Amino acid sequence: MQQVTKEQVYEWLSGVTDPEVPVLTVLDLGIVRDVAVNGDEVTVTITPTYSGCPAMDVIGMSIRMALLSRGFKKVNIEMQLSPAWTTDWMSEEGKQKLKDYGIAPPVRTSTSGLGLFEDDAVACPRCGSEDTELVSRFGPTSCKSLYKCNNCKEPFEHFKCH
Amino acid sequence: MTNQPINESINQLLYALELADNALIIGHRISEWCGHGPVLEQDIALTNTALDHLGQARSFYQFAANIFNALPADQKANFFSSPVLQNKIAAGENIDEDDLAYLRDGWDFRNVLLVEQPNKDWAFTVIRSFFYDVYNFYFYTELQKSKVAELAAIAEKSLKEVTYHLRWSSEWVIRLGDGTEESHERMQTAVNERWAFTGELFQMSEADKVMLAEGIGIDLNAIKPLWQQRVAEVLQEATITMPASTWMQEGGKEGRHSEHLGYILAELQFMQRAYPNMEW
Repeated sequence: MQQVTKEQVYEWLSGVTDPEVPVLTVLDLGIVRDVAVNGDEVTVTITPTYSGCPAMDVIGMSIRMALLSRGFKKVNIEMQLSPAWTTDWMSEEGKQKLKDYGIAPPVRTSTSGLGLFEDDAVACPRCGSEDTELVSRFGPTSCKSLYKCNNCKEPFEHFKCH
Repeated sequence: MTNQPINESINQLLYALELADNALIIGHRISEWCGHGPVLEQDIALTNTALDHLGQARSFYQFAANIFNALPADQKANFFSSPVLQNKIAAGENIDEDDLAYLRDGWDFRNVLLVEQPNKDWAFTVIRSFFYDVYNFYFYTELQKSKVAELAAIAEKSLKEVTYHLRWSSEWVIRLGDGTEESHERMQTAVNERWAFTGELFQMSEADKVMLAEGIGIDLNAIKPLWQQRVAEVLQEATITMPASTWMQEGGKEGRHSEHLGYILAELQFMQRAYPNMEW
C-alpha cells in the first residue's frame, strides 16, 4: 500500500462510532490518544472511558476492521490508562451531536468532589428548560445518568461529567 | 536472576492479587442484585457499579498475570494450589486474567473478608459498599503515587469510578439511617454486624509491608484516620451510632476465608471448571 499519513488515519477513524451512542465517533469521544503509521502497519492508542465499559472491546474491533479494510496488513490497538479519560476531551461537535440525539451533554469540567446530594443543573435536551431533576446517577450505560424534565415532563439521559 | 528481584516480583504479584480479588469479589456480590433491585434505577446503579469493579479487577489481574508469567519455572510450579492451574503451568503455558479469576482455589484468594459477606437486605448491601468505598477512595488516591506506573494508572482511572460509588453508598446510608424507624433500625443492625470486618482493611500483610517499603504500595495506617473520619461524618448525618471498638475479624489477606467465599467461587467458576476453555 501507499504510505499513509497520520492525518489520513484520523480521517478514517472519524467513521468509527461508539456502539452504544452511535452518533458519536471515537474522535468525538476523545478516546483516541495516538496514531502511529509504519508502512502497512498501524498502531492506534485508545483510552477506556470506564474500566468495565463493555463497548471498549467492540470499539477496538471496529477500529481494527476499519483500518484493515483500508489496506493495512497489521493493526495494533493499545490501551493507555493514564492520563485517565475525561469528558473534557469530548469535542464541541460531539456535544452538539449528543444534544441533537436527545442526550444532555456533559455540562462542566470534571471534578472528583465528595459532596453528597448535589446534582448538576442539566438543561433538558428537548425543551431547553433547566427545571430538571436527577433520577439516578447511574444509567443504561456507565457513561450516562438519568434525569427528568419538570417542564416538558420527559425523561432524558445525561452524559455524565467524568 | 538473584533472589532479591524474584522476591520483589512475588510480593508485587501478591499485592496485585489482593487488589484484584477485592475488586472481583465485591463486584460479583453486587452483581447478584442484577434483576433483583428494589426499583429499576437502583438495579441499574448496582449493575453499573459491579461492572466498574469487574473492570478494575481485570486491570489488576492482567498486571498480575504478566508478573507471574515472567517468574522462573521453579517458582511458578506450585505457586497456586489448584491442579488445573498447575497442569497448565507445567505444560509451559502462560496464564491470563481469566485463569486467575476462574481457576484459583479459595485459599489462593487474598481479598478481605468484608467483600465476601452476603448481601442480605438493602442495608447490609449498602453498608458493605460504604465501608469499602470509603477505603477504596483513599486507597486509590494514594496509589496514584505508586512508583510502578501501571498501578498508578489503574488507580487514577479507578478513582473516578469509586467517587461515584462512594456518593451512592453514602447517600443510601443517610437515607436509610435518617429515614423511617424500620430503615433506621435495619441500618444500625447492618453497621453493628459488619463493623468487625472493617479492621482487616488496614491490617498490613507481608506483601503490603514490602510494597510500602519499596514505594510501590501504600501505608494503610495513614489512610485509617481518614477512613474513620469520613465514616463518622456520614454515620452522624445518618443518625447512626458508631460501634465501639471491638475484636476484628481477619485472615482474608492470608487466604483464610469465611465460608461464603466457597459458595461465591462455586458459582463464579462453575462454567470454566465444568467446561474448560469454553467461550460464549
